[in-house]
Amino acid sequence: MSQDVIKTDAVIVGAGPVGLFAVFELGLVDIKCHLIDILDRAGGQCTELYPEKPIYDIPGLTVVTGQELTDRLMEQIKPFGPEFHFNQRVETLERLDSGFRLTTDAGTQFECKIVVIAAGGGSFTPKRPPLAGIEQYEGTSVFYSVRKMEHFKGRDVLIVGGGDSALDWTLNLAPVAKSLTLLHRRGEFRAAPASVQKMFDLVEKGDISFKLGQVTELHGEGGKLRSVTVKGADGATFELPTEVMLPFFGLTMKLGPVADWGLNLHENLIPVDTEKFETSEKGIFAIGDINTYPGKLKLILSGFHEAALMAQQAHKYVYPDKKLIFQYTTSSTSLQKKLGVK
Amino acid sequence: MARITFIQNDGTERVVEAEPGMTVMEAAVKNNIPGIAAECGGACACATCHVYVDDAWREKTGSPEQMEEDMLDFAFDVRPSSRLSCQIKVTDALDGLVVRIPEKQF
Repeated sequence: MSQDVIKTDAVIVGAGPVGLFAVFELGLVDIKCHLIDILDRAGGQCTELYPEKPIYDIPGLTVVTGQELTDRLMEQIKPFGPEFHFNQRVETLERLDSGFRLTTDAGTQFECKIVVIAAGGGSFTPKRPPLAGIEQYEGTSVFYSVRKMEHFKGRDVLIVGGGDSALDWTLNLAPVAKSLTLLHRRGEFRAAPASVQKMFDLVEKGDISFKLGQVTELHGEGGKLRSVTVKGADGATFELPTEVMLPFFGLTMKLGPVADWGLNLHENLIPVDTEKFETSEKGIFAIGDINTYPGKLKLILSGFHEAALMAQQAHKYVYPDKKLIFQYTTSSTSLQKKLGVK
Repeated sequence: MARITFIQNDGTERVVEAEPGMTVMEAAVKNNIPGIAAECGGACACATCHVYVDDAWREKTGSPEQMEEDMLDFAFDVRPSSRLSCQIKVTDALDGLVVRIPEKQF
């Protein structure tokens, strides 16, 4: 796991629209950025929750979809060469003599002069079904992703859901598990039709079974699941022997490890001042939906404004000896050079 | 104006007034009805505004469209009367609507 530490000016936690625009504002003042996001692509909620939904309150754009806005921001920040680290979540943040060290759950380490938290509603994490006692089985009998195939080898496996994750893992684990049941609340699937067809082929061959219904209770002890109660499509309940369960109910946002970084928090939000958008820790900024201040509105455009003001203060930390002269992109040749238009 | 009754799992009822054109979710959020999280803000993208429509009103509220039905896969204890309240538009015809809030949202 000993990778080289990545040294940079700024690390932006979260690659949603506000994190992306922060690259632009920081880039204008010569601050180089790395971005870290738990998702596998840029855009945050815009691409994860509503890629096709129209947004009507981005200044100058009458209507733009979440995906389009993300694409445009990516284009806009290209001249600044931001580097992305996807599928990773920042676990720890330590203060160094000069700056900070961040470590992700993938073991990647960063050393930087400033940190910009643009984590929106927090990191996207798998939804936990609200079943009584589910916590005691997590990591032993209940998994939200497949990290090790051994957990499923020779066991009675239950997969719950009807999307691509549920179907893909049904197909992948079928040869490994002792028995495998796919449980879904209805006969229609959100997954790719080809996977659904393959799944039904396996059912036909008797390799796996598919059942309609929803899990209502878990049974077992000491973290070991024995069976689950299922409410079938007809409303009648039945018990299903289950040693391992994989529920796939999409993602939700949780503040996550940010809560342990020693910052003041208020109702899971990070209070900042409205001049620099700095947190209770010097050099750590919070912009976008994750911050709070009197009058805060959770709007993308507010996050853009916050990014611009944050960059002014960030410059003081990254270039303590340089005086920042405010310039317009319309008229400044030096800014235009940075943007690659001159 | 349409009057909407929200019934919590414990039986507590609240009646709110909603303007035609808004959604049932918006009426709930505006009136601080507990149990309607509406995490995604009404984009039909999260299933945290799940409600059960009273049987007497199911015909008037109609049935979910494909996208809503897909999103209901992410709700807990889905029943035939399940709807995402962000997808029910308030009309004068819905004056008197009764919806129940599930015991648990995800």
